[in-house]
Amino acid sequence: MQVYLDNNATTMVDPKVVDVMLPFFSELYGNPNSLHKFGTASHPALSKAIDQVYTALNAADADDIVFTSCATESNNWVLQSVFIDHIVNGDKNHIVTTEVEHPSVLSTCKFLEEQGVKVTYLPVNEQGVVEAHVVKSFITDKTALVSIMWASNETGMIFPIKEIGEICKEKGVLFHSDGVQAIGKIPVDLSAVHVDFVSMSAHKFHGPKGIGALYIKDSQKLTPLLHGGEHMGGRRSGTLNVPFIVGMGKAIELATTNMQETMSKIRAKRDRLEDALLELSETFTIGDRENRTPNTILISIRGVEGEGMLWDLNNGEIGASTGSACASADLEANTVMLAIGADNELAHTGIRLSLSRFTTDGEIDYTISHFKDAVARLRAISSSFAKQQPTKGGEAQACEMH
Amino acid sequence: MAKDDLLGASLWDAYSNKVTTLMNNPQHQGEIFQAEAEKRGHKLIVADFGAESCGDAVRLYWEIDPKTDIIVNSKFKSFGCGTAIASSDVMTELCIGKTVAEAVKITNIDVELALRDNPDTPAVPPQKMHCSVMAYDVIKKAAGLYMGVDSESFEEEIIVCECARVSLGTVKEVIRLNNLKTVEQITDYTKAGGFCKSCIRPGGHEAREYYLVDILADTRKEMDEEKMKAAADASASGEAKFENMTLVQQIKAVDAVIDENVRQFLIMDGGNMEVIDIKKGDDYVDIYIRYMGACSGCASSSTSTLYAIESTLKDKLSKNIRVLPI
Repeated sequence: MQVYLDNNATTMVDPKVVDVMLPFFSELYGNPNSLHKFGTASHPALSKAIDQVYTALNAADADDIVFTSCATESNNWVLQSVFIDHIVNGDKNHIVTTEVEHPSVLSTCKFLEEQGVKVTYLPVNEQGVVEAHVVKSFITDKTALVSIMWASNETGMIFPIKEIGEICKEKGVLFHSDGVQAIGKIPVDLSAVHVDFVSMSAHKFHGPKGIGALYIKDSQKLTPLLHGGEHMGGRRSGTLNVPFIVGMGKAIELATTNMQETMSKIRAKRDRLEDALLELSETFTIGDRENRTPNTILISIRGVEGEGMLWDLNNGEIGASTGSACASADLEANTVMLAIGADNELAHTGIRLSLSRFTTDGEIDYTISHFKDAVARLRAISSSFAKQQPTKGGEAQACEMH
Repeated sequence: MAKDDLLGASLWDAYSNKVTTLMNNPQHQGEIFQAEAEKRGHKLIVADFGAESCGDAVRLYWEIDPKTDIIVNSKFKSFGCGTAIASSDVMTELCIGKTVAEAVKITNIDVELALRDNPDTPAVPPQKMHCSVMAYDVIKKAAGLYMGVDSESFEEEIIVCECARVSLGTVKEVIRLNNLKTVEQITDYTKAGGFCKSCIRPGGHEAREYYLVDILADTRKEMDEEKMKAAADASASGEAKFENMTLVQQIKAVDAVIDENVRQFLIMDGGNMEVIDIKKGDDYVDIYIRYMGACSGCASSSTSTLYAIESTLKDKLSKNIRVLPI
């Protein structure tokens, strides 16, 4: 059996999504900007996709939801264009974000710091969540933008977006949220929450890779990132990626229709898996389940290094994820893990399991069994559980590590 | 960056079969207990290196025959990734049968070589080389415990890059010999900094005492200072070719000659002069001067005095000098 439990990284494209995309490759391939019938033939499907996205997010007709290549582009667009509009060509000089954002936000913020922008990286609490009052205390007259994720990719923890939105509204500061891990997993109602910009990616909710969007409240000013034409009302140039837009519309519709029912099923499997893994001694998971996306578990297993655990899971054809520094190409510890870790152990022993609506009970059973075997094998090798103590003087000093 | 780098290589695909096999089934994993070693008349040494909170930890067990100093058995326990476990396994294998004095000569490079499937293909991707370093560190520690000496005493020189075992002396030497200007060049010449990258600059995987960026900057500074000093010494002793000096050196050289041979006579007559500029042409080096005090307006200032100044400078510095009063 093979089990894919890395759905926070990307998801399988729903075959129903593939079906609606297929006609737009070799049958209806016209450029939607062309006047002839080849061009206009895709318009009904594009309109439908736009409707599907607006409906799924309960966006108002006065709002813009502009298709982009992915949430990384959307995040870059907001940060770089707020910099141009309100810092270079305005009197602001400050951005507030968190230590646990996706690299597409953190790296762009670092880049803006090099351009002279002041950036505040807010810490998170032991639940891995930034608290609204903390956000409030760091907003100044010079703050151009607050950028805070809706839910964490690593922990699944949901951030107090409604409260932060109210604070930003009251302070008159623009508010951006990276909604990648929230949309399709928890209800996102953009009419009930004050947020100026929201980024999203279709491949996180069983749509194709390479298509995403940026929500822009009330069609407000935001200088384009990509110049060059009239596409998307002049907001984002580049020939419309017709099949992928159509696919994203279908995917978001499927992900948000009967969401409560779908998610309660995923939650039940997730909770069962989590309960079973927590039966292992000296393990803990991050964050209250009630305030977590219903598909995510981040578990720390004492004495078992993350990459080693991933290796053994992979031998059992289970795909998971770790924030362990050893598993990254540059060996740099995962900043999110360090930010939320009670100590550094989590940064090295954390395993993330993320389910989807396609995860079956049989897969959960298989994972529980294989996971426990892997922990038993690796703990048998682990120095953390060795009994014979070191020779006097042979104890390790703190962190003389490699 | 180039075509091969577009798709980040898969970490695990770069492991040798030996690494994979040993990770899945380590041969020397386990413990040796004090009581059983004593029963066999042997001495047990157990040394730790690293810690769980650091991401890597290894415990090395040596059962030593005190009569021969031979390591008759060795085992390990490891908290770490696949390459850490495989490196520890090979390390213990390399220790068995050696005397402690021989074992302490095993370096991380020997461990990595022993993990290769064939001699020419690295066993692990560059950033994983550091896993084998821990094997070397824990061996030194165990040997230190057995011999009753500080484990650092086994290190004969300051190692800047532990992954590639490149010393401070070697790094400085290649910078000087090859006039290296970038860290990338140092990596190309020595492999230092090509693995876990910790030694390149602060903020990497682990803190280091020496960083390549600092060594490069310091060595370049030393080289520049030496060059300047050599040039200054040469000009003072008149060895350097005037045309090849920097502008500042030329001005200093001209001033030195004027001070020694000319100025005193001008001052005696109530005048003086200063060097305004030096311009280098294809055939001549033109030195622009300005007369001051009694010299400005003096009849000989454009004839015999000027000739005296020019001929002195030609004689002392370069026959191509022309002196132009302004």
